[in-house]
Amino acid sequence: MRAYLTAASAVAGVAFLAAGPVAAQGNLTVLCSVQAEWCQAVATEFQKASGVKVAIVQKGSGEVFAQIKAEAANPRTDLWFGGTGDPHLQAADEQLSEVYRSPRLAELHDWAQKQAADSGYRTVGIYAGALGYGFNSELLAKKKIAAPKCWADLIKPEFKNEVQVANPNSSGTAYTMIASLVQIMGEDKAFAYMKALHASINTYTKSGTGPIKAVARGETTASISFMHDGITEAVAGFPVGVAAPCEGTGYEVGSMSIVKGARNMENAKKFYDWALSADAQAVGAKAKQFQTPSNKAAPLPPGAPKLDEMKLIAYDFKKYGASAERKRLIDKWEKDINSLPK
Amino acid sequence: MTRATPVALALVAAGLLVLPWYAQQDGLLGFGWLREWTGRDAAPALFQAGDHGKVWLWPLFGAFGCGVVGWRRSGDRALSASLLLAAGGFGFGYLLLQGFAVGLKGPTIGWLAAMVGDAPWRQFALGAGAVAAGAGFLILLALGIAGRGGFGGDAFVTGAVLAVATAVGLFAFFPVAKVLVTAVESQAGALDLAAFWQRFAAPKIWSLECLSSARRCGVAWNTIALALAVGAGTTVLGLAFALIATRTAFPAKRILRLLTVLPIICAPFVIGLGLILVFGQAGIVNAALEKLFGVQPTRWIYGFQGVFLAQLFAFTPIAFLILIGVVEGVSPSFEEAAATLRAKPGTVFASVSLPLMRPGLANAFLVGFIESIADFGNPLILGGNFGVLSTEIYFAVVGAQYDQGRAATLGLILLALALAAFVAQRRFLGRASYVTVAGKGFGGGAAPMPGWAKAMSYGIALPWAAFTLLLYAMVLAGGFVEIWGRDNSLTLRHYAKAFEVEWSAHGPIWSGVAWNSLSTTLALAAVAAPLTAALGLIAGWLIARKEFPGRRLFEFATMLSFAVPGTVIGVAYILAFNVPPIELTGTALIIVLCFVFRNMPVGVRAGIAAVAQLDKSLDEASATLGARGGTTFARIVLPLLRPAAVAALIYSFIRAMTTVSAVIFLVTAEYDLATAFIVGRVVNGDYGVAIAYSSALTALMVLAIVAIQALVGQRRLGRRAPPVPARARA
Repeated sequence: MRAYLTAASAVAGVAFLAAGPVAAQGNLTVLCSVQAEWCQAVATEFQKASGVKVAIVQKGSGEVFAQIKAEAANPRTDLWFGGTGDPHLQAADEQLSEVYRSPRLAELHDWAQKQAADSGYRTVGIYAGALGYGFNSELLAKKKIAAPKCWADLIKPEFKNEVQVANPNSSGTAYTMIASLVQIMGEDKAFAYMKALHASINTYTKSGTGPIKAVARGETTASISFMHDGITEAVAGFPVGVAAPCEGTGYEVGSMSIVKGARNMENAKKFYDWALSADAQAVGAKAKQFQTPSNKAAPLPPGAPKLDEMKLIAYDFKKYGASAERKRLIDKWEKDINSLPK
Repeated sequence: MTRATPVALALVAAGLLVLPWYAQQDGLLGFGWLREWTGRDAAPALFQAGDHGKVWLWPLFGAFGCGVVGWRRSGDRALSASLLLAAGGFGFGYLLLQGFAVGLKGPTIGWLAAMVGDAPWRQFALGAGAVAAGAGFLILLALGIAGRGGFGGDAFVTGAVLAVATAVGLFAFFPVAKVLVTAVESQAGALDLAAFWQRFAAPKIWSLECLSSARRCGVAWNTIALALAVGAGTTVLGLAFALIATRTAFPAKRILRLLTVLPIICAPFVIGLGLILVFGQAGIVNAALEKLFGVQPTRWIYGFQGVFLAQLFAFTPIAFLILIGVVEGVSPSFEEAAATLRAKPGTVFASVSLPLMRPGLANAFLVGFIESIADFGNPLILGGNFGVLSTEIYFAVVGAQYDQGRAATLGLILLALALAAFVAQRRFLGRASYVTVAGKGFGGGAAPMPGWAKAMSYGIALPWAAFTLLLYAMVLAGGFVEIWGRDNSLTLRHYAKAFEVEWSAHGPIWSGVAWNSLSTTLALAAVAAPLTAALGLIAGWLIARKEFPGRRLFEFATMLSFAVPGTVIGVAYILAFNVPPIELTGTALIIVLCFVFRNMPVGVRAGIAAVAQLDKSLDEASATLGARGGTTFARIVLPLLRPAAVAALIYSFIRAMTTVSAVIFLVTAEYDLATAFIVGRVVNGDYGVAIAYSSALTALMVLAIVAIQALVGQRRLGRRAPPVPARARA
């Protein structure tokens, strides 16, 4: 009996393994760096619209970049959907993504088209979101702290150890903060500010959405995150409020890239064009996401932060998305800020 | 021996003449290759070399011919053995060499490229034909070496050593070596020792400032301190549990066993999540303290203490599983002899029982130490600002910088730590004989423990058990609660979301989000676990029993993947196996291999510890009666290794189901794993579904453990059950 079972399982195992990768006809493999609900919705909608079978996995933008870079000689992924723009620009810089000019480019907002042009048409903007603050209104009331409205508020003594932000080594969100501060205050003042901010930070989390989740759960009082993530938490029932910094703030252009040497290039281009259409971008709102879509005809989700109502800087994506500049700023942060005593 | 030669030759022939030499897109069982059998993609080596210009394959046929000659000349044993050795050695070595030398775009070695010039020397990854031919050549090599007298003339042992060594070499050494080479390379790929030194000597790794100021210490020191504490803690706890489980009349033993095993079943993130739910700033304990005593909730759990607690939870079960086999194996006749000589129970325990358990204690400490330094999930979620090497490596790989050299340097340091622990353990064990399972019969029950030992065991183990129970109750409850900490109404919504099954006209639709990853994980773990256990036990037996040149290196090699942290293994596998000659990324096979070689060391350790207690006289008796190596192993040693087999099977199945860091780079959209999926949910804050899924997984694995224990069975040594409250006098 035992021998039979062992033999049967061995045969089954061999058969299973020898089956190898699924045939590539009518398939598409997507790595997705937005929230999982949106990833799943996008895959399902595209399948319904085109019949292409989509295999989608959600991974942070840092992880996806590492995977695409490691697989560069023999790529298994076809397309990278979403995630903050800087890793996409870095991938374009290192020629890991395919050049493709979609016919829908003209339908997009200027900032999305500029993203495409800046990268040599290796990537394109699919949404935008402003950087700001999230805070737990219940904890603020309990600790009798006023809600933060400006960058200067966060370095006040009442916020000591009350704030969370991500670690720029792994998070695009945190890098956006560094680059925004540099463009608002100038590099020296920005790093002096971040040194002062260090006293307010209790943890530098790995993922960009970690801080806002902690705010929602009450694990921390305030966070520096993208405002649309805060709205998602508020809609889910948590006591989260959001605010845009009064001195000015940066924003992200969430992007999409086709991997160079993709096995399903035709389907990837089909998906690319579809994802830039107004209908496809409305899927985000259905999945309770509150970014600003890049297609001019796509409706802004109700409740989403309005980009024209806040003080946004003219973020230079080309300069701050370049590999060398990213490395320099993050190394400087690591040396000057992360090594300070906690 | 003579029967094996034609089988090996048939294997080589099949590989060279029938099966497709290169890897097929749709897999071997797609049978699409039969239709184009002489075409460029699917042809066997014969046609590849003859029709399609792959002239570098011809020497393999020469090796095959040499092997046939050696077989026909079996009358002259020395000549036959030499020919087989030459054929097998050259065939196997050349097969690997040509695989690495001629790549996808041309020759990879400079002088070869120059010599070849413009001729199209290109090839894809090795496929079924190459694997079959390679296996055949390896068997020929083993037969040749045994025929010439190596390894005591035993073909089975030779074959086993070669097979395990090749497997470990290809799937543990090669990927790790590839990554470590990048440690000494610059970003561009050229050798750069100065850059290596700069990365290695960074203050972030080695500074001792935390001793004198409020700054943080280097991550290397953090890792060592944590690992020592965890190793000691888990050994003590594991010993307490093992003693209670085997030597006392404690009534609820089965529950105790299950409880110690629970933490190992749950994914590492869940333990950390549970600790946060209970002790976090918004957790139950802090909320209660605030309500009762007005104490302000703080984030005290984050840091060394949180990670230490989580790792104690996570790794005590491994120590327990190792120690219970050893504690059970301590022969009562020694203790009876000491008691007959009028030693008090305390003296017997301290001077006879404990020293006999030394292999187990040392092994348990080593395992705890290494698990701690390689652990990734817990430091990530509970570390706060307390950095350890594994999280540093993760940031180096996954971060915005993608600094492979730095990740590799840190991995080097981690490896050095593991090696140091291994060497220290060897010195401690020394050369004393721990033989207690001998051929002579005995019938005593285990001596009752002295009062102080019993009290200590109960005192340590029972509160820990209660604590574990509480933690798991909390986490289990979390699956049924709307939103933890905010809306405590009961609901089944999370389970529904994860495991929904809808009915349609065409039958059931598995619409729950968890089904895809669950089925994949179960299938791959079920395939990997028996392979891991088999490989580990054979390797353990070879190391503990047989003397052969390179045994120490062999032992270290099998332990290698255990010490290397998961994230480095993951990236190593992607780098090593994404290009020919061995192209595996994106398949299920790479995940299975990662499971097998990452978890094999525990099977090896358990095997060594168990075999160390088996007297050689059993093997010798079997040999005297005419049994060859293979028969002795299968019919004498293996049944006595059942506890080790059970431990290895359970551990490898569970680790395959719960590993995160190694596979996070290997997960694809087609082959999504449960742990990666749950991590995604946890990171997204969807704790309801994450906990529901984890609870279901846990239940599934408890079932699996029961099934494995039932299938493999218990070892039956001739002893009575421990006596119910026998009061030993004096």
